[in-house]
Amino acid sequence: MKARFSAALLVLMLALGFAGMALAVKPDEMLADPALEARARALSEGLRCMVCQNQSIDESDADLARDLRILVRQRLVAGDTDQQVMDYVVSRYGEFVLLKPRFDLRNALLWGTPAILLFAGAIFIVLSARSRRPVSTALSSDEQAALDKMLRD
Amino acid sequence: MVETGHFALVLAFALSLVQMIVPLFGARLNNQRLMAVGGPVAITGFALTALSFAALATAYANSDFSVASVWENSHSLQPMIYKITGTWGNHEGSMLLWVLILTFFGALVAAFGSNLPATLRANVLAVQGAIGAAFFLFILATSNPFIRLNPAPIEGRDLNPVLQDLGLAIHPPLLYLGYVGFSICFSFSVAALIEGRIDASWARWVRPWTLVAWMFLTGGIAMGSYWAYYELGWGGFWFWDPVENASFMPWLAGTALLHSAIVMEKRSALKIWTLLLAILTFSLSLLGTFLVRSGVLTSVHAFATDPARGVFILCILTLFIGGSLALFALRASRLTAGGLFHPISREGALVLNNLFLTTATATVLVGTLYPLALEALTGGKISVGAPFFDLTFGPLMLPLLVLVPFGPLLAWKRGDIIAASQRLMAAFAVALAAMLITGLFIDGASVFAALGIGLAVWLVAGALTDLAVKSGVGSAAPAVMVRRFAGLPRSVFGTALAHLGLGLTLLGIVATLSFGTEKILTMRAGETVELSGHTLRFVGLYPAQGPNYSEDRGRFELIGVGGSAVGEISSAKRFFPVRQTTTTESGIKTLGLSQLYISLGDEAKDGSVVVRLWWKPLVTLIWGGGLVMMAGAAMSLMDRRLRVGAPSRRRKQASATAPTVLP
Repeated sequence: MKARFSAALLVLMLALGFAGMALAVKPDEMLADPALEARARALSEGLRCMVCQNQSIDESDADLARDLRILVRQRLVAGDTDQQVMDYVVSRYGEFVLLKPRFDLRNALLWGTPAILLFAGAIFIVLSARSRRPVSTALSSDEQAALDKMLRD
Repeated sequence: MVETGHFALVLAFALSLVQMIVPLFGARLNNQRLMAVGGPVAITGFALTALSFAALATAYANSDFSVASVWENSHSLQPMIYKITGTWGNHEGSMLLWVLILTFFGALVAAFGSNLPATLRANVLAVQGAIGAAFFLFILATSNPFIRLNPAPIEGRDLNPVLQDLGLAIHPPLLYLGYVGFSICFSFSVAALIEGRIDASWARWVRPWTLVAWMFLTGGIAMGSYWAYYELGWGGFWFWDPVENASFMPWLAGTALLHSAIVMEKRSALKIWTLLLAILTFSLSLLGTFLVRSGVLTSVHAFATDPARGVFILCILTLFIGGSLALFALRASRLTAGGLFHPISREGALVLNNLFLTTATATVLVGTLYPLALEALTGGKISVGAPFFDLTFGPLMLPLLVLVPFGPLLAWKRGDIIAASQRLMAAFAVALAAMLITGLFIDGASVFAALGIGLAVWLVAGALTDLAVKSGVGSAAPAVMVRRFAGLPRSVFGTALAHLGLGLTLLGIVATLSFGTEKILTMRAGETVELSGHTLRFVGLYPAQGPNYSEDRGRFELIGVGGSAVGEISSAKRFFPVRQTTTTESGIKTLGLSQLYISLGDEAKDGSVVVRLWWKPLVTLIWGGGLVMMAGAAMSLMDRRLRVGAPSRRRKQASATAPTVLP
């Protein structure tokens, strides 16, 4: 399994004993057609290597990742659309394989959180600003007179 | 020595209990002598922890394999630098480093906090003591680095080869200085809640600590990102890995805290919010420690099979986060809200900054924990990877980054958005030009690339505009301008540098993602390859022997215009026999701000080698920007009002400002 370094605390993580790394995509896997290969690479980036830690099959050199990369390319050569390839892979390996979770009810809270929080936060800020005494900026006529007098002097 | 270290650790635990209890009661009873106990105890506790850490490091340096931790993570043939850094390259040692830094910060408060109100100081040290006690107990009970083996093994099992790198010497200490540095902000907040009041000295103390912690955390994350970039061998610099997120969340929250603390210090507004943010930031640090240390990330089931450490940290987590939030809920209403301000003002801009940053923090938090929660609750397994964060975190950052240059140009209390916009016209024009040039004249530029480059230039130009406006460019004579520029407060430079660094990092990210190129091919010795205008010749594979590994080094020559070699790059595959693992040493050549990156793959029977090459334009700016951000924080710290000479004045001001709230 390729080491899944991370910017943070990777030291600690690696007590788990990941090691060894090599190249992921190998020349012998690549398709001759550059357009198809580009699609394969793009799809690979969205598919998880099931035996790795949060790594896409494009980055991993695990055998399973290689099998999946080849499978994706076979489907593309067979004429599948991107969506058909993804559906096929999910039907075989489950939703776990998708690095981008689906937009469905189960993941509603996941996808909804940013918008809900931003909205709620904005409302909270507006309400708490309103509940306070509005900032009075206009000078009263007396103050204005005093100011004018000072400026004149 | 090892037993001395072990004993010192136990003693430090005992002292942390004293530090937790005695000053707290002293503050309750208003007993000066009890309160005064906190300082010397904190300093002694730090000295003992340092002794304990030194003992462990010595055991590592001497390859004392009778110590289990040394046996598991070291080898007599390792170079000395990796023997020493191996001290914290494992669970037990890294936790010892954690408490070492915690007690270090506690000792700093004890040593330099004489100008703090006595009760506040006592309470802060008590809270620090409580965190220390929890983690000392954790180490002694579940992760003791001083356990001996009998009989002692002859040879160690080697440090994980991927950790045998200079990065291990720098990254974890920096990261921990940041992570744990936020504990001081936390302790100050909890102390303020215990006292039921926040006064001016509180804000003046919390802001520099936030700056220090933020500076180190920025450095730690940037360093870790560069380490991952060159060590992993495929040129990625950020992976949205849960472990990365664990450090990124405190950074985001800490950035929000940094900004709200400015409002609190300058305008004594947003007090309650700042307090809450300080608590949340350190809570996220604790959460990060839990996520990484408990093994819960690998799988909920892995966590359940060996739960001792995880459950212990979970208890610490619940105790401190739950406790502090409960205290907040009880006491926050006693604190008065501060000054008023118009929505369009510096304060207003900083509130907006906080809204976006906290939402972004929550997004990363949910993305990191959702799969765990889902699996624990329903058993369903999903993955949340980079595509999710690109789609959610990205759009949240976009408006924030667009607004950054406006903030420093708005006045406190009531700002003039039109005047600020006019001042930013030049910056806007430059950004627009950059966007158009990118979009129209660079081959293969996408809309994303043009917008991204434009945004990055906007940030850089905006930061420079801030400095220009404040030194009177356009309105004052050149001589006056220079004098004003030199006389600007250091914190103004700090802000400008930090925002400039952010722009540079963004520029590096966008350029690398949009204009980077890659080639994967099989090469034989003597063959050449061309990549984005650079020609490389593969010279050949050369075997070599290192102290504790053997390697195959592939050498490449960079061919200049005339056909002669102008530089050399080499990449290696290293084999470490003790752990039976292979690592890739990537070959990197920095050309200006960009890099050529080579990674070696498998050798075929016919002598050809799989080679992966990348051209990474402006990639060094990603981390260079981080360094500039750190410089900004350092500059802010050197601001006159925070410098060492200031305490006498600070104390006067502090006592002059009446406490804002009475219980």
